[in-house]
Amino acid sequence: MLRERQIMRIHYITGLAALFVVAVHILMRLIMPFHMSLQYSNVIANYHNLPYVVLLESILVLLAIHGFNGLRIILLELRQNRTWENGVTISTIAAMIAIIAFGTRTIIIANGLGVV
Amino acid sequence: MSGIIKKISMLRTGSKHERSEKSLRGRSSIVLRVYRANKAVGDSAHYDTFDVPIQRWTTVLDALLYAKSYKDTSIGIRYSCRMASCGSCGMKINGIPRLACYTNVSEMESGVISCEPLTNFPLIRDLVTDFHQFFSHHKSVRPYIINQNADLRDRKELSEFIQSPRDVDEYLQSSYCIKCGLCYSACPTVATDTKFPGPQALAQAYRYSADTRDTGSREDMKAIDDKHGIWRCHFAGSCSSVCPKGVDPALGIQLLRGHMMSFSKHNKKIAELKHHSHGNQIT
Repeated sequence: MLRERQIMRIHYITGLAALFVVAVHILMRLIMPFHMSLQYSNVIANYHNLPYVVLLESILVLLAIHGFNGLRIILLELRQNRTWENGVTISTIAAMIAIIAFGTRTIIIANGLGVV
Repeated sequence: MSGIIKKISMLRTGSKHERSEKSLRGRSSIVLRVYRANKAVGDSAHYDTFDVPIQRWTTVLDALLYAKSYKDTSIGIRYSCRMASCGSCGMKINGIPRLACYTNVSEMESGVISCEPLTNFPLIRDLVTDFHQFFSHHKSVRPYIINQNADLRDRKELSEFIQSPRDVDEYLQSSYCIKCGLCYSACPTVATDTKFPGPQALAQAYRYSADTRDTGSREDMKAIDDKHGIWRCHFAGSCSSVCPKGVDPALGIQLLRGHMMSFSKHNKKIAELKHHSHGNQIT
């Protein structure tokens, strides 16, 4: 079981790292006109670019950890009893894992590794 | 809560003297609105108003005691020292937590002064609140010096800690706390999270952590490093704004968090201990 200080250290580090990777992600949209960057062929091309795939996966993991821990903190302040606290912790961890799994699946499929 | 912070910043602007001159001009009395409630006898909450004559030096506590003496003896109010040392007369005066004995009526902008019990404390009656939870949070951080090498109970062997003025400066400000509960009342986190120790207890945890005479580690304590502990501070800073003794609990909390995060170097210096046998005078 992680101590709260360890959780908060992870929270701050993921927040700062997410700031960096999201900035890179936005900058990548600007290397061509914005409307072109969202065209189907260009999006698929991005998913076939391995460094960019790593970047997208990083954004997914970092934001999921940071965001769901933030949500957990907000919900913990609403009520204070053991059932609520355990429920909030378990729910947010489950939701975080589900989002990361679904996002990773999307990245794998778009990359072409998951389908023949 | 943002309203309280706005009011605090408004009060802090402009010179105190100018404000008192302006507000006292041509005024010989004020209207005191006192919150009244006594749930024990089924009395619902309401405000009573009293016309109170004032002098230049009249404090809100003086005004309340005048009302209690000459208008309505049933007003429930807690006070003791009348000199901002005991911290008993904390209440919300015109919406801001203050000590009634330390607030001059001439500081108030209007001629109507509202006195309400401190928020975030259970109400006992009228302006009197229950400090039980507040003190249990205070006790939970072990607010005393822990040092196994110094047996303060053994009178045969006296001990003396050697501290430099710089060591004292580390915690001196936080040691001025009089436990009046104003910071606890102003804290927005305490308002929503009853398990949060509050600025007073956390500032005391910092005060003893920063004291070189203390060897006990408070950073691992459950009351502090918990999901309702020090990490839930939003750094609103209202605790520091309302403190009548100039303590900065918000700073203490951030410094303690820094130590716990290991963002700041925390090789704690421990004060040298000098033993003196019985009869020798400590110099």
